[in-house]
Amino acid sequence: MIRKFAALLLLAGIAAIFMGLLFTYEPDPELNTTARYYAERTAADIGAANIVTAIVVTYRGLDTLGEVTVLFLSAAIVGLVLASGRRKKTAKERTVTPAGELLATGSTLLAPLIMLLGVYVFVNGHLTPGGGFQGGAIIASGMLLLLLTDPLKHFSHTLIATVESLSGILYVAIGLLGIFLAGGFLDNRILPIGTLGTLFSAGAIPLIYSLIGLKVGAEFSSILAHLSETEEL
Amino acid sequence: MALIAMAAGFILILIGFYGALTNRNILRMIVAFTVADTGVNIVMVTVGYLRDRTAPILDNAVPAADAAARIIDPVPQALVLTAIVIGMGVTALMLAFAYRFYEKKRTLDITKCTELKW
Amino acid sequence: MSALFIALTILLTVAMIGAALVAVLGKSMPIAILSAGLVSLLASVLFLLLAAPDVAMTEAAIGSGLTTFLFFFILGRVRGGEHD
Repeated sequence: MIRKFAALLLLAGIAAIFMGLLFTYEPDPELNTTARYYAERTAADIGAANIVTAIVVTYRGLDTLGEVTVLFLSAAIVGLVLASGRRKKTAKERTVTPAGELLATGSTLLAPLIMLLGVYVFVNGHLTPGGGFQGGAIIASGMLLLLLTDPLKHFSHTLIATVESLSGILYVAIGLLGIFLAGGFLDNRILPIGTLGTLFSAGAIPLIYSLIGLKVGAEFSSILAHLSETEEL
Repeated sequence: MALIAMAAGFILILIGFYGALTNRNILRMIVAFTVADTGVNIVMVTVGYLRDRTAPILDNAVPAADAAARIIDPVPQALVLTAIVIGMGVTALMLAFAYRFYEKKRTLDITKCTELKW
Repeated sequence: MSALFIALTILLTVAMIGAALVAVLGKSMPIAILSAGLVSLLASVLFLLLAAPDVAMTEAAIGSGLTTFLFFFILGRVRGGEHD
């Protein structure tokens, strides 16, 4: 009882702070200096139609590298926490009811299409909403569909780890190329910028975002595979 | 409209915190944390919203020349994009720890976790 | 146009808060997890109204899709523990 009362008291304090923030909030009438710079210079400097992509991949590219590293660490720790000191049950010991006809047929039809949609989303990240993170999540959803159809399916962890580390190394290598060929780390102008709004534009952004998409997709798939390979307790 | 959305975000944060503070079941605490996470993201996106403007994507409707007068602030969107992906990684990590906790203790009640109590 | 947007925002807000209350206070664990997924899904529609399509896509794919399934994987492994 006293525990609940203390929690409510704390929440009342936080709510008072939030009320203060909410009632004194005045939306800006104009873009602030940073946002104005990005809005005015993206088309000429970066050549990407989607300004959010330009910020994520190029202007704040180093932050994205850090983010992908955090995601890699959390995927690695999930694997470490779940795999330490456990006897792997073979497929014969686990019994599951087979998936229905509808799910089995539907997944063979849909899984390749979902993967294709994921690739489309991250290849077009500089033109349309979407990009590496969304595309990677869609690819992982395709993997999830395969796992739902056959829970005993064993994804090759070696393959996932290879895709993950290769795309990570290539990402950093392209970033380093930017230092030598263009203005700095992760500069996208190592390739021609092209015309705004076409697929082969925005320099190295489609390349970098595709690598991020593969890396994120591999990391999410590895988290999903590890969690689904746990045993019932 | 932005104020309504911002109020919704704040209320979601409060609901999430209440759940995380009062529940003893670790799985329910994680669910409450994801609700609070969504609330924080809504508040951050709302801060970047400006009235009568459109999404930060250049095309025929929003030519590059007058983009600064037509689009909303893209920086909070880039931040929230990062926050959502990291949030999923953190949730997966918490769930893995919850699984190990159940394996050791055969319960999800965190008050049974007494090793660090005196 | 604007009045429609405001009405839609209020509707989404009320639905989100209702789903969040179910997620935090509800008795059944699977329903709580599904409600948390519903909060994310409604939030992604709200992001679309707030002119943030990139964030809306991410929230729909990750927040309401993958996270919900991660919860169900673990919930299926800890049968009997969810009533503590």
